Amino acid sequence: MTRETPLGRLVRGVLLTIVGLFFLFPIVWVFLMSFQTNATILRIPPSLFFSPTLDNYVALISGKLQTQAGTLEIAFMNNLMNSVILSVSSVALSLVLGIPAAYAFARFRFRLGENIAFTLLSFRFAPPLLVLLPLLLYFRTIGLDNTYIGLIWVYQLITLPLILWIVRGYFEDISEDIEHAYRVDGNGWFKTFIRIAVPLARPGIAAATLLAFIFAWNNFVFALILASADKQPVTVGALAFVTASGIQYGQIAAALVLSVIPTLLLALYAQRYLVEGLSLGAVKG
Amino acid sequence: MSYLVLESLTKRFGRETVLEDASLAVEQGETVVVFGPSGCGKTVLLRLIAGIHEPDAGAIRIDDRTVTHLAPEDRNVGMAFQNFALYPHMSAFDNIASPLRARGLTAAEVTRRVEEVATLLKIEHVLGHLPRALSNGQKQRTSLARSLAPGPAVLLLDDPLRNVDAKLRYEMRLELPRVLKAFNATVLYVTQDYKEAMALGHRVAVLMGGRFVQVDQPARLYTRPVSRDVARLFGDPTINLYEAHAESGAIELFDTQFAVPAPSGPCVVGIRPEHVEVGMEQRPGAIPVELDAVTPLNVRAVLLLKTRDGQEILATCWEDEAARFPRGHRAVWATLRPDDLMLFDAASGARLAPRTH
Repeated sequence: MTRETPLGRLVRGVLLTIVGLFFLFPIVWVFLMSFQTNATILRIPPSLFFSPTLDNYVALISGKLQTQAGTLEIAFMNNLMNSVILSVSSVALSLVLGIPAAYAFARFRFRLGENIAFTLLSFRFAPPLLVLLPLLLYFRTIGLDNTYIGLIWVYQLITLPLILWIVRGYFEDISEDIEHAYRVDGNGWFKTFIRIAVPLARPGIAAATLLAFIFAWNNFVFALILASADKQPVTVGALAFVTASGIQYGQIAAALVLSVIPTLLLALYAQRYLVEGLSLGAVKG
Repeated sequence: MSYLVLESLTKRFGRETVLEDASLAVEQGETVVVFGPSGCGKTVLLRLIAGIHEPDAGAIRIDDRTVTHLAPEDRNVGMAFQNFALYPHMSAFDNIASPLRARGLTAAEVTRRVEEVATLLKIEHVLGHLPRALSNGQKQRTSLARSLAPGPAVLLLDDPLRNVDAKLRYEMRLELPRVLKAFNATVLYVTQDYKEAMALGHRVAVLMGGRFVQVDQPARLYTRPVSRDVARLFGDPTINLYEAHAESGAIELFDTQFAVPAPSGPCVVGIRPEHVEVGMEQRPGAIPVELDAVTPLNVRAVLLLKTRDGQEILATCWEDEAARFPRGHRAVWATLRPDDLMLFDAASGARLAPRTH
């Protein structure tokens, strides 16, 4: 290992700061915007100095949007709730279906196994719009349009392949002998799956859950087409801020800050397992 | 009826036949070492008995119960894996307790038995550690403790000393028989180290080409190998082997006639290095050789000899005897006693002489 010179340390610090600023600037800017009125946001030249206001948050939480044209009803909190319901349920369903499937693909060789796994991955290939319009017609016919169940079902296109393929890789990395040893100890295959395979793949499951949740949370087009107002998540609901009397930048910023919170919390929680995964290293025993 | 019976086991992976018609019977409390060249199917054999793989043909019986197609958890066997296969997310205690808990023992009983076996294997001070905090030797002992703890009907040890250092291997080689005896375990022990096989086995079963070619006491395997290939497996340095032609009860080797009880025809002559007597003086029947190299190997020295026609002979002697050969002195005499010669059929490799069993 080479020793770091003071100059090297300085350069590194500067570079890290630049990278940090570059990535954090938009978020910081949005965060600042959320405490400003439309007027202060749009003034020229823009300034960092303003008297903060909580109006944006109040409007979002109370659901009453004050514009020059009068009071507008917005369903932001309802949208946020929809986002939580849709994302959590789709990820949960994908975990329940995907983890056992990933295990099967990792451990057993069966006819067409590879093809099935690849088909599941290929769900991610098609442009969603191509699928959505015919799907809407089907859903209308069988009454699944504008229902949570219908949306969660379609969300599986996003979350299931992701979880399946990431977790499968982690299962494949576990030495089979560890599972064999547990069987020989006198435990059935299901107990071995629950007590050995799943805990050892936990870092992978945490990473996949987090990614799937982010993708589901950020999805726009599925809900735009398949859901009407009362089932829409925040991504679609944000359209309501483009009003007849102008774009409500302050509220959009506040909405953004609020809608980042669930993902952020999940990321902080999952981090524990991600780090644990790194420290466990190769799970060869 | 033997305690563990393997009947004509056959196992194929795709087109490759790993085991073919392998049969073996092990008595209760006996340790049988399964020994063979690498890739001969030793590990697969253990896995068939443990239930990790299923045989394509044949039967496995433990204590008169056919277990051939039972799941691993229903067989009451213990197995120590070559790579230890400890559960990385459980402490050493929980690793060892796992088979006990699976058998539904009470918490108090589990603790008592884990501590008992841990004390026996001298790992009681690391029971709280996760596997990654254990040294290789401690991992190996933990893995062994886990397989022993429930007192399984049959204990399968898959080259458990492979991944530990030489000193520890030596220690365990001395200690294992005591531990196995304490449990009165019926053991199949797989190894690639012939010294380990000799030290640990009541009997050694030599697995070659997918079947058991010889099952015998260690000493007999050494002095009466059934074939050339078995003879070559045991002994370090390995046996000297030469092609020869037997004619009217004698063979000619290095321009010297040896009387051997073998039918006429081509054959292979074997002589163990320690049976080659090397001296400075010519004696009747001695072969003039050149002393090419002396390798001191602790107590015994290995001598590399060359005959006049360029064939090499390995010999061993006590190290202080080797010191008698003056430096740079190359011309010595080697004496082979006809009684020490082993003769094998040139084609099949089967032993022709000595004929006695």
